[in-house]
Amino acid sequence: MLECRKLHKAFSGFVAVNNVSLTVDRNSITAVIGPNGAGKSTLFNLITGHLRPDGGEVVFEGRDVAGRPPHKICRMGMARSFQRTNIFPRLTVFENIQAAFIAHGGKSLDMWGLSERQYRDETWQMIEHLALHGIAHSVSGEVSHGAQKQVELGIALAGKPRMLLLDEPTAGMSAQETHETIELLARIAKEEDLTLLFTEHDMDVVFSISDRIAVLHQGGIIAAGLPDEVRRNDEVRRVYLGGGMH
Amino acid sequence: MKGPNRAKRIPWTLVLFLAAALIPTLGSRYYTFLATDVVIFAMFATSLNLLLGVTGLVPFGHAAYFGIGAYVCAIFMKDLGVPFLPAWLFGGVGGALFALIFGFFCVRLTSIYFSMLTMAFAQIVWAICFKWNDVTGGEQGYPNVPMPSMAWLEWIPWVGDLRIDHKFFYLTLILAALSIAAMRRIVNSPFGRILTTIRDNAERAQFIGTNVRLYQLIVFSLAGGFAGLAGGLFGIFNRGVFPDFCYWPKSAEVLIMTILGGIHHFWGPSVGAAILILLNQYIVSYTEYWPFVLGLILLLLLFGLPGGVVGAIDGLIRRSRTLVGGRG
Repeated sequence: MLECRKLHKAFSGFVAVNNVSLTVDRNSITAVIGPNGAGKSTLFNLITGHLRPDGGEVVFEGRDVAGRPPHKICRMGMARSFQRTNIFPRLTVFENIQAAFIAHGGKSLDMWGLSERQYRDETWQMIEHLALHGIAHSVSGEVSHGAQKQVELGIALAGKPRMLLLDEPTAGMSAQETHETIELLARIAKEEDLTLLFTEHDMDVVFSISDRIAVLHQGGIIAAGLPDEVRRNDEVRRVYLGGGMH
Repeated sequence: MKGPNRAKRIPWTLVLFLAAALIPTLGSRYYTFLATDVVIFAMFATSLNLLLGVTGLVPFGHAAYFGIGAYVCAIFMKDLGVPFLPAWLFGGVGGALFALIFGFFCVRLTSIYFSMLTMAFAQIVWAICFKWNDVTGGEQGYPNVPMPSMAWLEWIPWVGDLRIDHKFFYLTLILAALSIAAMRRIVNSPFGRILTTIRDNAERAQFIGTNVRLYQLIVFSLAGGFAGLAGGLFGIFNRGVFPDFCYWPKSAEVLIMTILGGIHHFWGPSVGAAILILLNQYIVSYTEYWPFVLGLILLLLLFGLPGGVVGAIDGLIRRSRTLVGGRG
């Protein structure tokens, strides 16, 4: 599905991503973990086209997409969510998700129709799916943090992506919200045949839903494999998981 | 603009249009003069708001396209003998075309750099209009723009007998209403929704598959086109086109109107245009210190009414509804 080959990115001398190779299988859930500053967000930005790699390839469904602009990669079927919540704050929850449907439905250049009438059913379906119907007409910038994360997920899913990248999907959520979000993600991935690649701080979350885990440290991958293998890896335990993991 | 409340179902647009249409019945040439001025600037300010309130771009040089439209329309009518309607439309096309060319460079920059570049291009346009004596009349301006033929208005019983400036007001009102209606349609279209996503969060907009720069360029060109149409009418109204149509104070003036009225409401810029023009006329008759008063208005606006006049009124209505306990 996705293969990164020897990806490399430096910011004025500081190597953020160093020769990273990573393979993500179709319909799998893969987690990228690592301490702060390990290069997780940079890696995501390289994959989704936000940053242009200095070297290496990003092969998505057989095509090298490295360096292509984000909107093109997005249209190829790769969606993402962001670490800090990234929605359209002045629009209502409904309008946020509807806008994503409009963009993906190729209606963006329609200057004469009424935006209100576009993709109403699809938008409602998505809103029900995410249990946002109670606040559908609230201004999205004013709803709770957890709800904003859900809205962001809705925006990403509206494009019917085949692959979804989630940067810390549960950051800032309460334990309850984290639990619900993770269940939702796992369910949606299964229902929609989605391939998930995500980063996460919460190790319980990572080990409960991932099929495979890759560990980044100082820009390089130090271990990758099944959760149990990663858990037992000595170097991972030393630099990251610490003695507390079992 | 959104929500199914009852107040919004009254066709305000139509009410406003009909109310404006009654102004010449007052029989005062002065009122008709003011009304024509307001209508043209309402159209100009609304075109600016396609960028400011809808897309989140802050242009400091919007007058360039207003001026280009005015020159093109006037030159086509006077030097080339083209009838008014096509000449006017060419003015709009001229504004859109130049906005497309300049916009190509401007949308590559963001925030203050975008604003400065739009201003730089506007100053270039101004300098050319100021010096190109053979075509624009240079510093002296381009005088004696002919009035459009309005023979077709003769058929309407009462209007046919009116003075030419009342007739021109009706022509302006109709064309401005059509232009503003078209802009409203654009704002409410799927394209308009995509523009609001760019305003709210340009980074995120890319990740729903939007080529942000392309959309910014399209709307920049559209806004330039509508500004050009407004300029074409203004040149005739003013009976002459002058370089200061493109000069930066003109850009500032329309920016102030838009912000004064409120950028987050479709009618905000029109209300702002009306307030600023009427206030100017009123105050100038009392004191020569209009810029001083303008400065005070700006201070009041920025500290007291950050959402503009229409934003403040809307806030009041919403609050009163909550107090009554109903949803309207």
